[in-house]
Amino acid sequence: MQDRPVYLDNAAATRMDERVLDAMRPYFLDTYAVATSEFGYSQGIEARESLDDARESIAVSLGAGPEEFIFTSGSTESSNIALKGVAQALGKKKGKHIIVSKIEDFPVLNSAKALEKQGFRVTYLSVDGDGFIDLQELSDSISDKTILVSIQHANQEIGTIQDIDSIGRVCKEKGALFHSDATHTFTRVPLDVRKTPADLVTVSAHTIHGPKGVGGLYIRSGTQIGKWIDGGFQEFNLRAGLENIPGAVGFAKAVELVTPEETLRLQAMRDHIIDRILDEIPNTTLNGHRWKRLPQNANITFHFIEGESITLHLDMRGFAVSTGSACFSRSLEGSHVIFGIGGDHERAHGSIRFTFGRYNTMEDVDTVVVAAAEIANELRSISPLSEK
Amino acid sequence: MKFPYSETVLEHFRHPRNVGKIENPDGKAMEGSPACGDMVSVHIKVDPAANTISDIKFESYGCASNIATGSIITELAKGKTLDEARKITWKDASEALGGLPKIKVHCSVLAIGGLRSAIRNYEERHGLVKEKVPTTKEVVRKRLKKVMNPLTGLDLVRTNLIKEIEMKDGDVRVVIDLPADHQFASALKEEILEKVEPLWDVKKAVVEFTE
Repeated sequence: MQDRPVYLDNAAATRMDERVLDAMRPYFLDTYAVATSEFGYSQGIEARESLDDARESIAVSLGAGPEEFIFTSGSTESSNIALKGVAQALGKKKGKHIIVSKIEDFPVLNSAKALEKQGFRVTYLSVDGDGFIDLQELSDSISDKTILVSIQHANQEIGTIQDIDSIGRVCKEKGALFHSDATHTFTRVPLDVRKTPADLVTVSAHTIHGPKGVGGLYIRSGTQIGKWIDGGFQEFNLRAGLENIPGAVGFAKAVELVTPEETLRLQAMRDHIIDRILDEIPNTTLNGHRWKRLPQNANITFHFIEGESITLHLDMRGFAVSTGSACFSRSLEGSHVIFGIGGDHERAHGSIRFTFGRYNTMEDVDTVVVAAAEIANELRSISPLSEK
Repeated sequence: MKFPYSETVLEHFRHPRNVGKIENPDGKAMEGSPACGDMVSVHIKVDPAANTISDIKFESYGCASNIATGSIITELAKGKTLDEARKITWKDASEALGGLPKIKVHCSVLAIGGLRSAIRNYEERHGLVKEKVPTTKEVVRKRLKKVMNPLTGLDLVRTNLIKEIEMKDGDVRVVIDLPADHQFASALKEEILEKVEPLWDVKKAVVEFTE
């Protein structure tokens, strides 16, 4: 057992930074008013200014204008708005064809499936062994009926970073809108919409030590998109609901606190854990591309053993990680991402994802490698699949 | 820490009993597949005079409940007569473990199946099967439902890989719809023979491939 718990599931949720909490606190206790127009009352005007400031600083970090960024309740909602909003705006006018990759995260994948039930046609692009889509296949798949292409910036499980500049250019040439889910890359992997021709980008605060329940959607000026949540006229009349001002302020603070030095530090942990596990533990396979991957993500299959057993053993020793095993998932299905890159059930069930964050150290990496090696030995000694 | 498992489950998960294989077992069985996420192998040694299980070992590829159930059934079955051991249920194992989560039934029930199949395997190999149902195509097909198609993780019957089953005077012929040089051909052949050969009235079994 560790003397302190070691949390290595930062892709799922992160510990909030105290500085974020400090920035949010006054908007719960002092400036708690609704954001009013400039003709409202003082506290409401102050609230609106804070919201505007938060919006502007996040938009600027994406190379966007403040009028191009709306706050949402998180990346799930952002991706729902992107897919369903575009479908609503262009489905009748232009066509009912949408393209996504097979390994998208569930908000995109299941929004696409929901649209399929409403009569949209969805192309699910396959990916290669590292998780990359094929640009030619994408180009060939786009027709004049294609309204939207949604390809993630980086994969939630295996970390592979897509070439979204080229993907965006293909979409632009062929006249389809391009949405990218950047939940796991935002602030960690450069993305500037002045350079990357993306029309819609999903981001979230929960992956960068910001508050849960706050995300955003970049919407390029002039993009036709329907309103998905009805109510008042908030968020440029695109997303109704009382603005979450503490959340927006916390999100902006979280963005401000991410530095390139920190990202390099996470990348060093990633490289260290990949090198050590592949070198020291036999029968292990890296999932995803070795270099074109999220700086904070390592995903490794421990062959002949099952992920829930590995995570439980790690948990008993104080480490939190996640797995692509069916037993671990709520759906009791193995990881669609590992199957997508051509992996079999055994590779999915034995896959473990380690994701790093601000509060991890190189020592955490070393201790988890030692623990994983011991656990792999133990479980393999009782497995009928092991090479003995 | 908060685990969904009882102390007893965790204890068996951490320190599984009777792990491994028995050299020259009297009965053996392997249940499950990597596709369902769990596999259990059970080996038994039988004392023929007393008709009891004198030794039992298991191996597991699977989650905590799979490992713990494999472990507990070896303890429950050891020393029991074959008839008593055959009657051990999932409920017995679950009670002995202080309860198992409902969602984990399918992972843990495999070990029970493994024990029963190992006993059955012993009886078949020693000519002790009491209800001597003649082996028909249907009986063979039922057996083949326990062989997994590694391409999909579903069994051979469900994935339409069984092209033909022939049964004539104790000779069984199974034709698999795969080329003979397929990467899984020899593994499948071995597994099919393991399931079919022990049937009491089967003299010879052959597995053929389509190309």
